[in-house]
Amino acid sequence: MSQAPHWLVDVAGLQISTGPRGHETRLVQDLSLQIAAGECVALVGESGSGKSLSARALLGLAGEGLRVQAERLQLAGENALAFSTRQWRQRRGTLAGLVMQDALVSLDPLRTIGQEVEETLLRHRLLPNRAAVRARALQALQEAGMDHPEQRATQYAHQLSGGLRQRALIAAAMAARPRLLIADEPTTALDATVQAQVLALLAQRVQDGIGLLLISHDLALVARMAQRVIVLRHGQVVDAGPTDQVLSRPRHAYTRQLLASVPSAASRGHWLASARAEEWPDGQVLIQRTALPGRSAGPAATAQPQHEPLIQVQQVSKHFGRGPQQHKALQDVTFDLQRGEVLGIVGESGSGKSTCARILLGLQEPDSGQVRLLGQPWSGVAEPQRRALRPQLQYIPQDPLSSFDPRYDVARIVAENLPPQDKPARQQRLAQLLDQVGLPAAVLARHPRSLSGGQRQRVAIARALAAQPAAIVCDEPVSALDIHVQAQVLDLLTELRLRLGTALVFISHDLGVVQHISDQVLVFHQGRIVEQGEASALFAAPSHPYTQSLLAAAQHGSPQAPLALRRAA
Amino acid sequence: MNTLPDASVPATAGLGASRFSAASLLRTLARWPWGAVLAAVFIAVLACITAFPQSLSSDDPLSGDITQGLVPPGAEHWFGTDQLGRDVFTRVLYGARYSLLIGLAAMAISVSAGVLLGVASGLGGRWRDEGITRLFDVLSAFPAVLLALLVVTFLGPGLFNIALAIGIAGIPKFGRVVRSQTLLVRRADYVTHAVIYGRSRLDTLLRHLLPNVLVAVPVIATINVGSAIIAVSGLSFLGLGPQPPTPEWGVMLAEGRGILRVAWWAGMFPGLAITSSVLAFSVLGQHLQRSFEGRL
Amino acid sequence: MQSPHPVLKAALLRLGSALLVMWLAASATIVALHALPGRIQDILAGDLELPGLKEAISAEWGLDRSLPEQYLDFIVRTAHGDFGSSYVMRQPVSSIIGSQVLPTVTLALLAGALATLIALTLATLTAGRPGPARRLAATLELGSASVPVFWLGILLLMAFSFRLPWFPVSGDEGWRALVLPTLTLALPTAGILAQVLREAMEKTLEQPFVTTVRARGLGELALRLRHVLRHALLPAVTLGGWLVGSLMGGAVITEKVFGRPGLGTVTLNAVLSQDVPVVLAVVLLAAFVYVLVSTALDLLYLAIDPRLQTP
Repeated sequence: MSQAPHWLVDVAGLQISTGPRGHETRLVQDLSLQIAAGECVALVGESGSGKSLSARALLGLAGEGLRVQAERLQLAGENALAFSTRQWRQRRGTLAGLVMQDALVSLDPLRTIGQEVEETLLRHRLLPNRAAVRARALQALQEAGMDHPEQRATQYAHQLSGGLRQRALIAAAMAARPRLLIADEPTTALDATVQAQVLALLAQRVQDGIGLLLISHDLALVARMAQRVIVLRHGQVVDAGPTDQVLSRPRHAYTRQLLASVPSAASRGHWLASARAEEWPDGQVLIQRTALPGRSAGPAATAQPQHEPLIQVQQVSKHFGRGPQQHKALQDVTFDLQRGEVLGIVGESGSGKSTCARILLGLQEPDSGQVRLLGQPWSGVAEPQRRALRPQLQYIPQDPLSSFDPRYDVARIVAENLPPQDKPARQQRLAQLLDQVGLPAAVLARHPRSLSGGQRQRVAIARALAAQPAAIVCDEPVSALDIHVQAQVLDLLTELRLRLGTALVFISHDLGVVQHISDQVLVFHQGRIVEQGEASALFAAPSHPYTQSLLAAAQHGSPQAPLALRRAA
Repeated sequence: MNTLPDASVPATAGLGASRFSAASLLRTLARWPWGAVLAAVFIAVLACITAFPQSLSSDDPLSGDITQGLVPPGAEHWFGTDQLGRDVFTRVLYGARYSLLIGLAAMAISVSAGVLLGVASGLGGRWRDEGITRLFDVLSAFPAVLLALLVVTFLGPGLFNIALAIGIAGIPKFGRVVRSQTLLVRRADYVTHAVIYGRSRLDTLLRHLLPNVLVAVPVIATINVGSAIIAVSGLSFLGLGPQPPTPEWGVMLAEGRGILRVAWWAGMFPGLAITSSVLAFSVLGQHLQRSFEGRL
Repeated sequence: MQSPHPVLKAALLRLGSALLVMWLAASATIVALHALPGRIQDILAGDLELPGLKEAISAEWGLDRSLPEQYLDFIVRTAHGDFGSSYVMRQPVSSIIGSQVLPTVTLALLAGALATLIALTLATLTAGRPGPARRLAATLELGSASVPVFWLGILLLMAFSFRLPWFPVSGDEGWRALVLPTLTLALPTAGILAQVLREAMEKTLEQPFVTTVRARGLGELALRLRHVLRHALLPAVTLGGWLVGSLMGGAVITEKVFGRPGLGTVTLNAVLSQDVPVVLAVVLLAAFVYVLVSTALDLLYLAIDPRLQTP
């Protein structure tokens, strides 16, 4: 199948292992990969799947202490297994470029954008003089879609917005016109609309003839960009082939599980983690989902509010700074949270949703307007007056680890939210709480550092539940989690809502998640609520242009969801 | 001496909320790299010598048989004798208490004042923070040696005075570290979110902020005992501390310098004692710090 | 384009606080002097029992005037470099210091330069490269940081002056007399500097941007010199003030070990003969030098890190 001069990258049987001989751990096993010019191949997997490692091995940058072996590892027809260090270095930047996540830390913060872009050119002495180098660098910035390249070249990474920074990173990687570009989660740190723009830029490059190796955990992104996809799990290939084939007829159970667990409007009203993608006799693969019990008749009744709202936010505004440069974080925000309801708050970074969360929790005071909790004044009163109500409103933060006291083990963390009681009663309650969040009692003695991301999040949920709150504010609770863990945590939140009637304020930038879980939705944009209403209606027919653009970016421009798995009856 | 902290291993016993017992201590030590264990053992031995120097030697450190002067190291006198016939080994043993105890006393001054000022600065408003930082600047402008010179000029030589001088000179070191740690912890999520769980500000301060700030102090203190010991013996070397015939290591080295041509052992062993002690504390301190970095 | 104003503002602030600290240092010493029990003229006279001495002291220091006037007078005189006279040596203090300052400064500068050079080389060549070289370097650094200056001097004397008579035992004659003292002063300082530099470099080498730079084809040395060193210098620059202070204190000790003439010897003698004006002057001068150097380094820090220049 492989003709030597034809493929840019031709890998067969790649194996990366670590550890002493005889007791090796295989990090990547038997990976085969081919990329031609003008095509995009995607490596998909969750964290720990070995995708980033494999990609870096293509540049000879797997890492110290790792053994890279392969039956065949050819770059542009040359045998890369025989490369000396010098030969690797000659090809880095000229044959292949690397773009990583988050330009803020992937670019040297102490050097200007211009210097970073020029570096490859200078190192490889590709151009005759400094003037030519500078001209080429500016050209690269322009090709990456930078506005005012001359000005940007003198600036530093921290002075640019996320999208511009990422473009600069791409420009630096493309400066020497490499034939292959390796992009490792290139848009993960970006907002949806900016993400779409950067992806368009990369797609353009592919059309111009470079080969692109795209690494991502986001299946929808991959579906849009790649012609072929390889699915990795624990270092092994579980599925590979043309994208629409793999995504519409996944062969391996893991891939099917992955696809089935993606939250979206289609999964709304169903359990997520238990969804199964099954192959039918006619070759189609369809998702089976279990519906949530009695959704329309449960405490999440959205028909009409029977009691007064749990939380009332009226005309809240907040600004930071003074004078003409003040940043208006929130302007005239008004909404209610009903008992037992899930209120989704969606918006991009800088939209004010985090500020809103902090004001809801009483961590910050609004400049004007007021917040009421259970009918009592909540904002603008002294803390001692609020303390009695605190148990009613709890918090699940985005980064659970930093909200845990580093000296505490799980038991102490959760117990912090319990009322004072004697030891046996407390032990019993702790065991009960852990059981509710699906953690074994043995976790109590462990330290959160030794737990996985999903487990930590469950601990945070347990802590929030300990106070038996009427409502919990969840700030991007699943953003940092792998797809299947995300599904489990979302199901957990749903279950708690059904069983205990807890209301949730669910903040997220991920439209799919919000569509899956919310009853009501608020769309934030530049500090204002531009649209609000019942979730399915809002997303089916958004009226505000911003909401429409958000949806378009999330659906990646194609009217038909590329994951063409239909729901089983 | 470099082992990666094993993140999946539960918290090292003795730090934090776990139980503390002889058995858990031994288990902890078994997991340490051999350098740190050696250092810990050395320090334990040093502590014993400080308390009971007579346990290892029955000779008198302050007087000797002058006919036995300037004898090279041998079976009778392990470290030889000095010009007055005193056994150098015994003097080194008895000298431990000066360097060690005065060093620790000076550290106590630095630590207590430094921690108090550092926390006050880190928690305070802009003016208090600025004021205390300027105070640190002024104090650190005087190197320990020169500050000690000043103190001795005014107050005369002696142990207490040099301990005071070294202690005061060391305040900015602790103060600055505690201050930056306070500033960090103050902004940490687990502190700012504590109010959600019904904690009052005072409660949060005592329960979360202070313990996490102070947890770094013993580590830094251990690392810095070494420089305190060097400072004490250095000042004694210059003649500003205890006076002869006190067997302080720095004093011994000053005397040894004079008879160096004929008795190399007089200039060797006290210095070796100083260096080993400093090394032991530094190695232990560095190990503690490394196991901390994985935790903070 | 970046506006120069935030940098200028920060620089001016730094200079202002430097002046403030110097003023506070001077005040602290004079307050300490006045806080001691006994009359000032008795303290300043020290051991000397000469007729008319105390009256002369009173006149020179203006001790009959009010406290605020004395204080102001002291500050003004200090700012002009007039530290009064030494009664023991019967000379103005400034001329005593002036005549002896050169050998000490030479020693300190040479030792400082040598220490920095050693530390930079060791750290750059071995940071982030696990292996025997790094372990050796780390051990050497730890060792030399634990060795007291005076003992190192004695050891070097034993080896290179007594056993192998390469260098003179004491005195100030010719460049040979500088070698051992410079080594003695430089090595322990180099040990500490190297440790800090290495740690900073290794922390920097763990950052993501290092992978990006390697992916451009840069070799390890170029990576360290062009990127990592800059990052590592940031914490090291804040150490500069400490370095100066340590060199000054170490110079005093080194001069005693090697019998070198210089400011350290002068000061020690002054302490032992209770010559207060000299000690006061030297200590204050040292404090001023420290403030100047650390302020200059702080300004350098501002210049190196663009993140501080523009918010």
